[in-house]
Amino acid sequence: MKNRFLLSTCLVLSSLLAFIPAQAKELKMAYDADPVTLDIHEQLSGGVLQLSHMSFDPLIRWTKELAFEPRLATRYERLNPTTVRFYLRKGVKFHSGNTMTATDFKWTFNRLKNSPDFKGIFANFTDLNIVDDHTIDLVTSGPYPLVLHTATYIFPMDSKFYTGTDANGNDKGAIVKNGASFASTNLSGTGPFKVTSREQGVKIVFERFADYWDKDTKGNVSRIVFTPIKDEQTRVAALLSGDVDFIAPVSPNDFGQIRSASNVELITMPGTRIITFQMNQERRPEFRDQRVRMAMVHAVNNEGIVKKIMKDFATPAAQFSPEGYLGYNPSLKPRFDLKLAQQLMKDAGYEDGFSITMMAPNNRYVNDDKIAQAVAAMLAKINIKVDLQTMPKAQYWPAFDDRAADVMMIGWHSDTEDSANFYEFLAMTPDQSSGMGVYNSGNYSSDYVDTMTVKANAETDPKKRAQMLQDIEAKIFQDAGFIPLHWQNLAWAAKRGVNIDPIVNALNFPYLGDLVID
Amino acid sequence: MFIISLFCFSIQDTLGDPTRELAAMSMSDEERANLRESLGLNDPLLVQYGRFVKRALQGDLGTSYFFKEPTLDVILKKLPATLELAFAASLIIIFVSIPLGVFCAIKPRHWFSRITMAVSVIGISIPVFLTALALIFIFSITLGWMPSFGRGEIVQVWGYWSTNFASWDGIAHIIMPAIALSSIMLPLFIRLVRAEMLEVLSSEYVKFARAKGLPAMPVYLKHALKNTMLPVITVGGVQIGIMVAYTILTESVFQWPGMGFMFLEAVNRSDIPLITAYIMFVGFLFVVVNTLVDLLYGVINPQVDLVGRRQ
Repeated sequence: MKNRFLLSTCLVLSSLLAFIPAQAKELKMAYDADPVTLDIHEQLSGGVLQLSHMSFDPLIRWTKELAFEPRLATRYERLNPTTVRFYLRKGVKFHSGNTMTATDFKWTFNRLKNSPDFKGIFANFTDLNIVDDHTIDLVTSGPYPLVLHTATYIFPMDSKFYTGTDANGNDKGAIVKNGASFASTNLSGTGPFKVTSREQGVKIVFERFADYWDKDTKGNVSRIVFTPIKDEQTRVAALLSGDVDFIAPVSPNDFGQIRSASNVELITMPGTRIITFQMNQERRPEFRDQRVRMAMVHAVNNEGIVKKIMKDFATPAAQFSPEGYLGYNPSLKPRFDLKLAQQLMKDAGYEDGFSITMMAPNNRYVNDDKIAQAVAAMLAKINIKVDLQTMPKAQYWPAFDDRAADVMMIGWHSDTEDSANFYEFLAMTPDQSSGMGVYNSGNYSSDYVDTMTVKANAETDPKKRAQMLQDIEAKIFQDAGFIPLHWQNLAWAAKRGVNIDPIVNALNFPYLGDLVID
Repeated sequence: MFIISLFCFSIQDTLGDPTRELAAMSMSDEERANLRESLGLNDPLLVQYGRFVKRALQGDLGTSYFFKEPTLDVILKKLPATLELAFAASLIIIFVSIPLGVFCAIKPRHWFSRITMAVSVIGISIPVFLTALALIFIFSITLGWMPSFGRGEIVQVWGYWSTNFASWDGIAHIIMPAIALSSIMLPLFIRLVRAEMLEVLSSEYVKFARAKGLPAMPVYLKHALKNTMLPVITVGGVQIGIMVAYTILTESVFQWPGMGFMFLEAVNRSDIPLITAYIMFVGFLFVVVNTLVDLLYGVINPQVDLVGRRQ
């Protein structure tokens, strides 16, 4: 009896399977964390931006080569130094069935200007003007070179869907950081995937949006099951055992295991997040001497760190800007030279060295605590004795805000994918009123860097601007303003047949709408 | 409970700044200060504590920053997953430790007993996460028999309770985490059962029963085992209570969506209300389990007198 029942169930199931079109593919993916909210303006973080690219579309987006590619804007042109006009795609539908118009952009823009996380990026933008239903003008307060960079952050939200009040009488469009809101639990965008179910911290299920405007894409994923798997080794194990098809991030410690498996492939790419140490000149008078800073930079063998600790999963750095950024200055090279470092210490009168304190997180960046230990050991060679303390990021950031040690680690990724962002946060003189140098714990200060960064941010000619940014890099390099380590690489791994190579990018937002599974 | 809650509040400052997890790195100091203000983090500790106690008395232990739900709801939603895991681990412990322990007691010189005892010494000193990773490596990656993470297909039973025991997929998912979790307690129980059994075997009444000419097996299993179980149940009850609280490692390796994993994540995210609520909840759990075991002991062993009456 039982067997017969089983048999008939199998038959029914297999006949059901036969009806699913051959094209329909399911992707099971595992990231280290799931997006904390469905409200794409609530938090500026990698997880939320990944969600934005899955369930929404930007005006334009970055290509793999860090150029711009039209999405909801079909083309754009600069009308005058303060205005850029975008021509919008016609016939685009939201998941709710509403049709996208310029009004949705206006609504989204206003919401972005009110979002605590995003308003900083949009600080230079004064207006989004509706010209007609399918044309908008973005207006900046002065000439601004980063209009297109910023336009990659404009993902129109369905203004009709998010207008009104929910069951509790709260505004559906409200951005609520501490507590649930309509927007953080409901979603209607123009993107390739609708959210069909979500259990926070456990799983999100996406279904392909049938009326998606991009009919040219070859992407054939019809369903995505997104599971967060926190533990690195479990994530890799889930991929190797076939429980999931696609994982990220992948730690360099697991590369060997993945490379030696025949049914999965590993994709790595140079990333844009710089890892650095800052030398606090306010706490330590010694660090005010350029020769001492220079000696420390020369004492740190960052190429060795990349090779030994990062297992070549990083690019040694001598400046903030990674290759591909306007400010990348190709003449600046890593400069490990222990002899010269010792000589510089001697010249500065610190041949016998001194003792300093150092802090670094131990769960924020790849191998962060090991890197800190290595740097401490390297500094010992020029007689700088380091008292190193590493701690979890939850404790580290308050310590960083307090400038609790003489040398502190910080990694930075430019939100605008532009060099000036590095200088604004890490190199400009800390200033409460202008909000510059917030993460410059070293108190490195240079008039040249301060004035040139402001100038560069008003220069709309890319050639001239590139020159300015590269000059700033050179100046910081000469001043030894910070200890550069490396740019962290990115890594993804997937089952063979899941062709992730064409859809991943240095921004770490795989364009899953275009993913092709064999 | 009062002391636990006070303790949680006093360590709050060392748990980190939750605004770091709630907002972007590049958010301005001013906005960050606003956010802290709106979370009530700028008030003096005693004011915050007063607010907490007032709400707690009304059954509201605060709202989790990450889950954006009342912390008690979050914990209750995660509780069944943890309880089921602990239950499955207990089953393994019961059905493995009793036969093995009894066997080792009856035939202490048998080669199998010696191996069992040796393995249990090693077993007690291997950390759980290592056992868990080894299991994943062998059965998921190399052999491909077992799913490597999560709860799999679960069937809703009632309210927040969805069970793993209603589908093959669910059962397959729970086996490895349960083995890993039981691995810490198993050696302890085998040794406990063996030691108790040995003691009972050397007692007068067993010797008498054997001398009377009763066959060995019934004496061992019927008369001796019963008395062996008394202390085992006491220790077992307490240990299983502890196990519910100590699933953290197993859950984080297997991405098991239970309370332990939730707590670890809450610590990583500085989700202070959730951390506080969890610690209070676990404290409560310990109190309840200990009371229950005391009561149960009285029921099983009439010699125990809870009220202190003269018999």
